[in-house]
Amino acid sequence: MTPTLMWTFQGMCCVFQMMKSKADEEDYWNSSKFKAFTFDDEDDEFTKLKESRQAVNSICGLVEEEEDEDEVEKVSWSGEPVGSEGISRFLSDSETGSGASASSPCVSCFLLPVSCRYLVVGQGDGVQPARAELPQDRHDAVAVSLEKFRSLQEKLLLLDEAVGVHDGNVITAVLIYLKKSLSKEVLFRELESRQTALRHFIHYLTESKEQRLLLELYRALGRTEDEALLQYKEHLRITDENKRRDFLKSCVSLPFSPEDAGHVQDHYTLLERQIIIEATDRQAETGGKVEIFQKFPRRASILNMPLITTLYYCCFYHYAETEGTYSSPANIRQTFRIAEKQYFVTALAARAKLKAWHDVDALFTSRNWLGFTRKKSPLSFSRVADILSKNNAPVQVLQEYVGLVDDVELRVALAQKYKCHFIVISTYRDLKDRQLLLGYRGKVERGSEEERKIDELLSNPQIRWKN
Amino acid sequence: MAHSARRDSPELPDFSVLKRLARDQLIYLLEQLPGKKDLFIEADLMSPLDRIANVSTLKQHEVDKLYKVEYKPVVSTSDQLCFLIRPRIQTVKWVCDVVNADKAAGKFKRYKIIFTPQKFYACETVLEEQGIFGDVSTDEWAFYLLPLDEDIINLELPEFFRDNFLEGDQRWVRTGGSALHLFHSIYGPFSKVYGIGRCSKMVYESWREQVKEGEQKARQAEVGTVFLIDRDVDFVTPLCSQVVYEGLVDDIFRIKCGCVEFGPDVTSSDKSIKVMLNSQDKVFNEIRNEHFSNVFGFLSQKARNLQTAYDKRRGMDIKQMKTFVSEELKGLKQEHRLLSLHIGASESMMKKKTKQDFQELLKTEHSLLEGFEIRECISFIEEHINRQVSYLKLCPLSLYFFTGLLPKDYRSLKAQYLQSYGVDHLLTFANLKQLGLLVEQQPGETLTVMESKMGKLVNDKTAGKLTDAFSSLAKKSNFRALSRRLSLVPKSDEEYDLRVPRDMAYIFSGAYIPLSCKLIEQVLERDGWTGLEEVTRLLNGHEFAVTADLRPQSDAQRIILVMFLGGCTFSEISALRFLGRERGYKFIVLTTAITNSARLIEAMLDNHV
Repeated sequence: MTPTLMWTFQGMCCVFQMMKSKADEEDYWNSSKFKAFTFDDEDDEFTKLKESRQAVNSICGLVEEEEDEDEVEKVSWSGEPVGSEGISRFLSDSETGSGASASSPCVSCFLLPVSCRYLVVGQGDGVQPARAELPQDRHDAVAVSLEKFRSLQEKLLLLDEAVGVHDGNVITAVLIYLKKSLSKEVLFRELESRQTALRHFIHYLTESKEQRLLLELYRALGRTEDEALLQYKEHLRITDENKRRDFLKSCVSLPFSPEDAGHVQDHYTLLERQIIIEATDRQAETGGKVEIFQKFPRRASILNMPLITTLYYCCFYHYAETEGTYSSPANIRQTFRIAEKQYFVTALAARAKLKAWHDVDALFTSRNWLGFTRKKSPLSFSRVADILSKNNAPVQVLQEYVGLVDDVELRVALAQKYKCHFIVISTYRDLKDRQLLLGYRGKVERGSEEERKIDELLSNPQIRWKN
Repeated sequence: MAHSARRDSPELPDFSVLKRLARDQLIYLLEQLPGKKDLFIEADLMSPLDRIANVSTLKQHEVDKLYKVEYKPVVSTSDQLCFLIRPRIQTVKWVCDVVNADKAAGKFKRYKIIFTPQKFYACETVLEEQGIFGDVSTDEWAFYLLPLDEDIINLELPEFFRDNFLEGDQRWVRTGGSALHLFHSIYGPFSKVYGIGRCSKMVYESWREQVKEGEQKARQAEVGTVFLIDRDVDFVTPLCSQVVYEGLVDDIFRIKCGCVEFGPDVTSSDKSIKVMLNSQDKVFNEIRNEHFSNVFGFLSQKARNLQTAYDKRRGMDIKQMKTFVSEELKGLKQEHRLLSLHIGASESMMKKKTKQDFQELLKTEHSLLEGFEIRECISFIEEHINRQVSYLKLCPLSLYFFTGLLPKDYRSLKAQYLQSYGVDHLLTFANLKQLGLLVEQQPGETLTVMESKMGKLVNDKTAGKLTDAFSSLAKKSNFRALSRRLSLVPKSDEEYDLRVPRDMAYIFSGAYIPLSCKLIEQVLERDGWTGLEEVTRLLNGHEFAVTADLRPQSDAQRIILVMFLGGCTFSEISALRFLGRERGYKFIVLTTAITNSARLIEAMLDNHV
């Protein structure tokens, strides 16, 4: 492990995860290599620290402020208030004890931020430091806080005040207190007309994963769609596919919008099918009798994949199946109302991947009533060529589709890109552009069929060249 | 590059003091737990920490071993554990598990949690509920401002965006106020503050409150003007694909805390390397704000110059050679290294971008911004959905949603989207809708009916607030109207020379001037919101302009702090730098995070446990 120039914490931690044995770790830390990486060249770290601590104090008063908070709200392990020595005294105290602030008269008032203290003591403008308003006995000061607000009116006033301060931390603090001290019914009712507080409450419940209460809240508020979505989200936690399927089935009847209900129904149907397909295919694969699974072993299970991935999978492994089976692409297409274009793109990609050019050909071939065949596609032929080329289709296959591109310029550009020389040549011939053809002669291989073709055209007296 | 900068641009203040401040505070806090201790660091705090301190700094203050917080049982043998974390319930729950496991095993240790940038009451409630309140001491590390570059300061709080704009949780408002307060106490006093957006207004008020609490010493101001802006004032800009070099690097490689990791395809070796991207990198500094199409030309010119410089040594005598080696060679080698790195990055980006039909994507985006050829855009988006192109690259989709959407198209695109990427994206759609990014056209009446129904339930004061809430919910896409009024989309029939940009639109190939930056330009020009009434109405108001009673100092006045609440993109920073050069301003960007289209969409995902 050689040290590099950029020592990062990330690097360090990775290193730690790599090193299992403790001895190694110690070795690592003690090895002299790392001493070379001292921090700045400052000789006296401590003086500097003191200086900037002063700077911090003078600059922003932030530290001061925090110490004030400690004074007011922290209680040491013995239950005695911490004196004005602040943090240092506090810590030396707790060194002898088991820890900080174990016993307290009122827990919900701990460490409320400064802005909340104003409202605790009922001072709106905040010009007066709250400290000044607090009684001498700090126990009282502590007891004054949230627990004091007992009537509903006081509680709501507290909440509205908190919302007025625009400090989400304070709003949530008050809500946590209200949650403990009000019945659900009352709390929900009051939150309904307080949108800001309500959103804080919802976020708090979401973060602390209190699913049930949140569902009750949505129900009480008549927010049925939110309720349905929240319940539906639960499926993500279920890892067993059968249980997940059953759960999704139960979701179908949730109060979704009609449109979303359809999507959830599809989700259930899809997983149900995937379970069947997976079971059959896994067996076929391990059985070793089915050729395609031997030739192209499955990389992953199809469970929980999106619909289009499933369709691709079925076009890959089950293309020729009759419409009656669950895994037949045609059946999937019909069941899930897959758009024509979507189906085409997917089937094309899957068959091209397998280099099943016959299938590709068949996809586009349609017969008219006279029995003539012609190529038709719901997506542009340039797109088709693009997909084919990405699947390493040979030039013979590619040129068939490039030749069908209507736009002449685009056709030539694509033909050049995919090296479909004959398309380029015949397009130039159709354009009667001798110069371009002559120029192109230099680009094809000497003595090749393409060169012969060009020469043949150039010497054809029947073509009336425009240049 | 060859921009004609105004000579009289003021100098930027020095931000290194911010780093020192944060570092010293951290050391101070670590010393509050004397003796050897193991330190557990939250994953997303590592890069920020890297910028201000290093391992030996921590070692000097008796940090024994370092671990990344991974939500797994810990193996530490130390009897003192310190956790440096963001105030998140999930992380605190994990700490509780650690402590309770130790308790159950009869181990007695000392624990300390350092929350940064502040602690939340909800986190302490978790400690209380898990029965370890009092067993663990807690502290706050007020690490708000991380200077990423000479003109970028980052709060590194990506969750600000989702918490504030999607969840409607104002927990970070005070944080924003404190950050501004800290900046103000070092570089202020500000004489002018402008802003737009609900959150901006609250942050402004929180800051004022904190100024009142503390005393203010009279000082020479270094930064005199401030502009606060909410991300939801302008969603369009961050959703556009970036084409300015730095933005493009961010879109493709993801710049993390000012640092990017270039893979083997860039370094043309088998190793990846991490590179700091900032003004210290001379090559990068010259191309970061350039449209990508200019970068190649610039780099090859640079390479030729370098060759000439190397060639100088031919025909040198020994003495000349000696000076060359001692004075120039090192610089040349450094430049050489950087040059080959950025050439590698450009090549790799070119390859990736042609593969993904980047030109077509840009064309689609531009059409959407102009509001032309919408049918073609829909079929482009459809095709991408059908081919399951990574949904993060589908930002034009949201762009399209945002710029206005017919219900029929919406339903069809949503259905195809769910088929391609999974039905659980129903949750994503719900979030996009809640955020106001997805605007389904509804009959206008529905809302007014709801409003009056709700209005009857509550008293007048709250009714006002309610209407507010509703109007933000119903945030109609006013983009077209705004775009016309502020001429955000230049006339397309004119040629736009990207080498000689004439306005901020160059950052989007001349197709669109970022709304956020245009607002800043207009307000600075007009010295307030006068004349922009129609614009602010379309943006749902919440604009403000406050002038303090201070003797204005011309230089400080022209150094402008722009605070983006909810994140800003590198393209916007480039646009502001351009504006600064044109008008003789210097902009400092203070943002809650660097964002881009992918991060914006990722913040809306809910399809994981």
